[in-house]
Amino acid sequence: MTLTQLTNARLIDPETGSESLGDLHVKDGVIAPAGRADTVVDCRGKCLAPGIVDIGVKVCEPGERHKESYASAGRAAAAGGVTTMVTRPDTDPTIDTAEILEFVNRRAQADSIVNVLHMAALTKGRQGREMTEIGFLQDAGAVAFTDCDSVVTDTKVLSRALSYAKSLDALVIGHIQEPNLSTGAVATSGKFASLRGLPAVTPMAERMGLDRDVAMVEMTGVRYHADQITTARALPALERAKQNGLDITAGTSIHHLTLNSYDVADYRTFFKLKPPLRDEDDRLAIVDAVASGLIDIISSMHTPQDEESKRLPFEEAASGAVSLETMLPAAMRLVHGGYMDLPTLWKALSLNPANRLGLDAGRLSVGAPADMVLFDPDAPFQLNRFELQSKSKNTPFDDARLQGKVLGTWVAGTSVFGDL
Amino acid sequence: MTFHQTHLLGIEALRPEEITTLLDLADRYVDLSRGETKHTDVLAGLTQINMFFENSTRTQASFELAGKRLGADVMNMAMQASSIKKGETLIDTALTLNAMQPDLLVVRHPNSGAVDLLAQKVHCAVLNAGDGRHEHPTQALLDALTIRRAKGRLHRLNIAICGDIAHSRVARSNLILLGKMENRVRLIGPPTLLPAGIQEFGVEVYDDMTEGLKDVDVVMMLRLQKERMDGGFIPSEREYYHRYGLDEAKLSHAKDDAIVMHPGPMNRGVEIDGTIADDINRSVIQDQVEMGVAVRMAAMDLLAQNLRARRANAA
Repeated sequence: MTLTQLTNARLIDPETGSESLGDLHVKDGVIAPAGRADTVVDCRGKCLAPGIVDIGVKVCEPGERHKESYASAGRAAAAGGVTTMVTRPDTDPTIDTAEILEFVNRRAQADSIVNVLHMAALTKGRQGREMTEIGFLQDAGAVAFTDCDSVVTDTKVLSRALSYAKSLDALVIGHIQEPNLSTGAVATSGKFASLRGLPAVTPMAERMGLDRDVAMVEMTGVRYHADQITTARALPALERAKQNGLDITAGTSIHHLTLNSYDVADYRTFFKLKPPLRDEDDRLAIVDAVASGLIDIISSMHTPQDEESKRLPFEEAASGAVSLETMLPAAMRLVHGGYMDLPTLWKALSLNPANRLGLDAGRLSVGAPADMVLFDPDAPFQLNRFELQSKSKNTPFDDARLQGKVLGTWVAGTSVFGDL
Repeated sequence: MTFHQTHLLGIEALRPEEITTLLDLADRYVDLSRGETKHTDVLAGLTQINMFFENSTRTQASFELAGKRLGADVMNMAMQASSIKKGETLIDTALTLNAMQPDLLVVRHPNSGAVDLLAQKVHCAVLNAGDGRHEHPTQALLDALTIRRAKGRLHRLNIAICGDIAHSRVARSNLILLGKMENRVRLIGPPTLLPAGIQEFGVEVYDDMTEGLKDVDVVMMLRLQKERMDGGFIPSEREYYHRYGLDEAKLSHAKDDAIVMHPGPMNRGVEIDGTIADDINRSVIQDQVEMGVAVRMAAMDLLAQNLRARRANAA
């Protein structure tokens, strides 16, 4: 068995919160103790960090493979330093039975060059009426249960599903949004939406959604993760819930950390997201919450859409953006802006999501899988969306000036991107 | 001439001097329209297509008449009845039309921003005849012309816009235009019909009519759409009329020479009392209709001049 030594690397260690120049050794796909190396890779002082664990990636199999397949998503992930994709069940059909889950798992194992884990729906067809076979799905490999952006409105159904999930120690991921208030909304209410004449939802709808789900967690004791917190007003409720000892974590999306409602400008549909982009005050509050650790996880919320579904009037256009490849450079804006250091950022990108799912990944300690990304945090470039690996090119960062280039990505010690 | 626009998609893109240029030209077209021969040939040889994805009788007729008085070849397309029903996207419709080589495209669409989107895909001049809740620029321009002719100026006036502001593209275009021309704008309506973030618009907001109308020079009423009347946004038609309908008592708080405007069609007895609407000393509602044709003539004339200049440069 050969020992590879990655030398002269700026090691970003989210576990210890440290950043130091040093070496890392890899043997048999895991991070190994130092020893006499058979091969040496010179990292030339660039940053070596655990690969990103991305909860909430949409790969459009089954149903819409023309938008994204496991092969293309895997390539995009590798190019973006994402070594584990945790996929969403909001496909067509919904991933809500063990049979469908086994199918997508086969597809993923055959085609994806990075690790793939799957989430399954909490209710059948994401309809919010009957719970799925949580036990069978768990046996088939589902790591979490979520109806994605479709909120279970019937609290009786939800309380039963959560109680049942609790009995299996399953993780449930909720989309926090008061569903009636947000019906038909495509923007956050405020000056911008009013001037543009877009149907909008108050940011309060998010806090109301969180309040409800926190009560549900208190009632059932389920392990719960809020997929995207994007408004300042939801943060005190999250903080209280954590202080009260509930098993709650929260995430946010890379877009809500780096863009605001005004970026929509003249009805640019690539900026149409769910929940919609927020005002700058909210964005800054969410950035602070990630820096302080109140928000645990940053996700790409990678949502491929083809040109046809975006080239429509804003209200009718599909929501979501691709972001597997742009998450790392976009997140560098938070570092270059002085909001947080690299180890803190990497807690949210790799360590915390891995811990939440009970994975060994997401860290650089001996024995952990050698899932790693080597990147230059300063390298500038201008993004051309047609150069993305994703089949869909719907990125809000088209033409944006970004800093931070992935130089190499390894999954279990095997290079999947870069030529180092 | 100060008018540099390729399209007329909204008031937001216009500079004050462009608005003045357009209104000055519209004044001349008012004279033309009142004359014996209501016809010129400034648009001769050009094709104007009116595409209305939403019902409209008045605006469409006004644009049609404006085009015909300027000598354009005018075609109307009722889009609800056509290919949209067959699943064609807006972009495909635009490309199809573009291939017919129109010069002026007048578009109304129920979605905010749809006219902007369409304008990106065609090679002619596009006029927004109303998009969703976004803008209705020719309505704001005709209102401005009406005010300027009635008051002798279009600046330093106190102007109240009353009613369903949240759902009104007319209100948006008007408050942008009136702000650009340095007037004081007040918005009056129940909180359920005011848009969010309204405090940041640089306007004064009132939920009480008598307070809001105090000493204003111009009262602009907005139409309250039937589907918003019952229980959803306001309790009932009669309570709305009681609190926000413009009647003699409420109007008495405005200046004695205040004018009353309404973009039409009116709901008499809902947002406006019939006798006020018909009072020739106060109401300029009929003038607004007349100014509408003149303003649309001016807008199409200016856009056509720019279009011809661009084509000459390209050739």
